[in-house]
Amino acid sequence: MGIDLKYLYKTFSLMELRRGLRVTGRRLFNRKITLMYPEEKTPKSPRFRGLHALRRYPNGEERCIACKLCEAVCPALAITIDSEEREDGQRRTTRYDIDLFKCIYCGFCEEACPVDSIVLTDIHEFHMELNSERLINKEQLLEVGDRYEQEIAEARQQDAPYR
Amino acid sequence: MIRDLVFYLTGWLPEPLQIFVWVMFKIVAILVPLMLCVAYFTFAERKLIGYMQLRVGPNRVGPRGWLQPVADAFKLLMKEIIVPSRANRHLFLFAPALSLGPALAAWAVMPFTDHLVLADIDASLLYVLALTSMGVYGVIVAGWASNSKYAFLGAMRSAAQIVAYEIAMGFALVGVLMVAGSLNLREIVLGQEGSFLSWYWLPLFPLFIVYFISGVAETNRAPFDVAEGESEIVAGFHVEYSGMTFAVFFLAEYANMILIAALTVVMFLGGWLPPVDVAPFNWVPGLMWFGLKTSLVAFLFLWFRATFPRYRYDQIMRLGWKVLIPVTLVWIFVVGIGKFYTPFAGFFS
Repeated sequence: MGIDLKYLYKTFSLMELRRGLRVTGRRLFNRKITLMYPEEKTPKSPRFRGLHALRRYPNGEERCIACKLCEAVCPALAITIDSEEREDGQRRTTRYDIDLFKCIYCGFCEEACPVDSIVLTDIHEFHMELNSERLINKEQLLEVGDRYEQEIAEARQQDAPYR
Repeated sequence: MIRDLVFYLTGWLPEPLQIFVWVMFKIVAILVPLMLCVAYFTFAERKLIGYMQLRVGPNRVGPRGWLQPVADAFKLLMKEIIVPSRANRHLFLFAPALSLGPALAAWAVMPFTDHLVLADIDASLLYVLALTSMGVYGVIVAGWASNSKYAFLGAMRSAAQIVAYEIAMGFALVGVLMVAGSLNLREIVLGQEGSFLSWYWLPLFPLFIVYFISGVAETNRAPFDVAEGESEIVAGFHVEYSGMTFAVFFLAEYANMILIAALTVVMFLGGWLPPVDVAPFNWVPGLMWFGLKTSLVAFLFLWFRATFPRYRYDQIMRLGWKVLIPVTLVWIFVVGIGKFYTPFAGFFS
């Protein structure tokens, strides 16, 4: 049984430990890559799937025709729709609720929608203070759509060539 | 001078009370700066480890995060102290104090400069050795009193580890004693007078390394933090602690780290002495050199934590018993022979 001098030298000179220390020591002076979040943000893809919105046609008519395809496709059963006949004979929703806690933001509802009514916007910084606020109704969804129509349309246009 | 001022201001009190006030004054004069150092040491740790991981660390509370320790302390003060229903209540609450007490008491004999020593006792090295080993009782009592299996495992690990590393540490200090010929920390520093080449790290180099490694182990710091071992036993001995009781353990750990750093400086790196005794260096006051050296050694603790993964338990035992203790024994032998039977006696003194 011989003595492994190389091994002894390596252990007693703490060679590998010093090598490790060198790596972290060098990193100490490297440029930091942290993003100062609320002030700085990473760029978002036009396909980003955040808070839901219901869109309108340019003439102000809501797009949704209560076909309930989104309700059917939703894997988390987060969408609840009731519909009725409007005075002019068109079928329209009377209730369009999304449970934000159930929703998994998969975007199937947007893909299923034949009239591009339900969309997922890129809003991801939202919160609620009461449990009951997790349900957002048709009015709130339409309001989100109205307010962010420009951004929504822009994102759809940017993504259109790849669809 | 300050003593006269304190006695003058408390002149209306009876004599024993005056002395009491003077003693309290001295305690506060050491503990308040120490506690500030501990608080900002935690901040330095978070910042430095952040930097080494290409992050920026805490930077939200106050300008560039400088009020973070204050916020942390405030948060921990506000939190509830939960005592597990099946815990031994008295020991459970006593353990943090038992852990912090020795870490602070050891500073009483620390020679900050030639004249700035609270208690210049003859066997101060022995006192320090005794107190640094006392700290582990806090850990063991905490683990026992918590009545939790993780805490108990942490305490047992800590106990076994301390037994192993205490010996290596003690032997490393025996080397210092042999070279210095004194048990008094102040005289140990004075024996290192000259340049940085006459500090004891050079003749006692292996002991210096062993002492520092055992110091890291003694304070339960990475890579020897098996007593806490987040990924294995949750938080080890302090799983059941919350709020201020937890904060006291935390303080004790960091106070111990600074203590070990300061002791390393005193015994191996020339205490308050400047590295070279020539013009620009010996203008700097000794206290500054002491602080600077201590910070450098304390920085190593953080650097280690950012670099090394935790030792496996049996590896810790192997390192302690089969590497560090033999190394110290051999070097004590070398120092003894060198000092008394060879012409190199000057090198070893």
